[in-house]
Amino acid sequence: MLKKDLVIIGAGPAGLAAVLSAYNHGIRDILILERESFLGGILNQCIHNGFGLHIFKAELTGPEYAARYIEKIHEAGIEYWLDTMVIDLSKTRKITAMNETRGVIEIQAKAVVLAMGCRERTRGALNIPGFRPSGIFSAGTAQKYVNIDGYLPGREIVILGSGDIGLIMARRLTLEGAKVKMVLEIMPYSGGLKRNIVQCLDDYGIPLKLSHTIVNIHGKDRITGITYAKVDKNLEVIAGTEEYVSCDTLLLSVGLIPENELSRKAGVSINKMTQGPLVANNLETSVPGVYACGNVLHVHDLVDYVSEEAEEAGKSAALHILAKDRHDGMIKVQAGRGIRYTVPSAIDPEAIDKFVIIRFRVDNVYERASLMVRFDNDLVSNKEKRILTPGEMEQVILPKAWFTSRKDAESIIIEVGKE
Amino acid sequence: MDKTRQITCINCPLGCTLDVVIKPDDSLVVTGFQCERGEAYAKKEILHPMRTITSSVPVIDGEYPMVSVKTAGEISKDMIKNCMLALKDIVIKAPINIGDVIVHDVCSSGIDIVATRDVRKKT
Repeated sequence: MLKKDLVIIGAGPAGLAAVLSAYNHGIRDILILERESFLGGILNQCIHNGFGLHIFKAELTGPEYAARYIEKIHEAGIEYWLDTMVIDLSKTRKITAMNETRGVIEIQAKAVVLAMGCRERTRGALNIPGFRPSGIFSAGTAQKYVNIDGYLPGREIVILGSGDIGLIMARRLTLEGAKVKMVLEIMPYSGGLKRNIVQCLDDYGIPLKLSHTIVNIHGKDRITGITYAKVDKNLEVIAGTEEYVSCDTLLLSVGLIPENELSRKAGVSINKMTQGPLVANNLETSVPGVYACGNVLHVHDLVDYVSEEAEEAGKSAALHILAKDRHDGMIKVQAGRGIRYTVPSAIDPEAIDKFVIIRFRVDNVYERASLMVRFDNDLVSNKEKRILTPGEMEQVILPKAWFTSRKDAESIIIEVGKE
Repeated sequence: MDKTRQITCINCPLGCTLDVVIKPDDSLVVTGFQCERGEAYAKKEILHPMRTITSSVPVIDGEYPMVSVKTAGEISKDMIKNCMLALKDIVIKAPINIGDVIVHDVCSSGIDIVATRDVRKKT
């Protein structure tokens, strides 16, 4: 059996940042496994700009952002296998993978970083009535057709869901000459970033219909149109508000799901809210020596934060391999009022370098609110926020100093305070 | 009387809400920004909106069928359509390196369109 100190599963932004971080912490016996035929993952089809402002202080496109990491991987001479599918991962970190040249191969790793990313929710998850015609795509699939393969999926488009990929594709398809008729969003607020609403919809006069959803799909061989309707507070369709609009293409941008089949096989405990592994502040999962970062852990809106998180995971994996990691008393992190989930879900105060970042999403839109951090009943921070929305991931930074006198705290609670 | 406009900053994904007061003498007072780029953006967005445009164009003999491209700087928002038309019939031969000029001085904007991905020759 092949033996490696560190195996990284997935060579998207998370995998690439994790591997470089582990390398910089002294690990050399590394293997990256990637199922696509290139490094960089989804960044390659995200040809729009806006990446890297946080990490590189430059506005890059997705492929340019990936290239910065890929170049360093090549410089360091780190081994990677492309077109390689990982089919199993055991509790003892034994990986079963396969590709065309090697067949099925087993690899024993001292540490594993899970960086498999996420996938898109499909029509099947939505229960939309109607036929099953062609012309219905997830937004990311359409993005791949246009940007990687060079095909236009259709000419008259309706987009269901206001996730970022859907918004980006509304602009992209408009620029390529298609008519994007509308974006429908069942919630009363957008699921995407504000800047994308401005830059992708407002700039091109594409209407965003909040509190609307599709109630019927028309067409037998190819989609010919949809019926949409308004929904009430309980997201139930309001009878009599139905309207028909013709289209030859429907894009779905209705959420992303962390891809954790391998994690589950390894017995990693999964957080029901994020659908990703439960991790401590060093990004270690419930299985020792197995770390998770990026969209496999929880869905991010910013690749910069993925890279940052992955660097932490890579470093932790390196410390594990060098037997320098430690496991002392953990403080639980709880999602309090208004918070949907937190990552991490536990913090080891002894393992903090300078600070810990807790990332989370709120469960509703809150204006003129505040974010409170409590150690049990002890309020340590109360930061005013002009606006909090579920579409934008939030974070609080806990400096090490906060922990010195509070090591015996049972839990850290993050919650939304309203004026 | 002062006119006010509320705009969303698009410089970074934070998307700050900026309040702009347009004074009778056409000077602007911006509030709500969290970095100096927000203030500059608000002024520019009201006086002269600019955008970076990204697209992809077909490649001949490349390891991938398409190469992603962008305007190397921002162009005027009303130039977007002509910029896309200028890319309409462009086909590029591999190899291509990040930064290679695909269209020089697009629409006389003074801005080049450049490649944003390396594409090697098909082996």
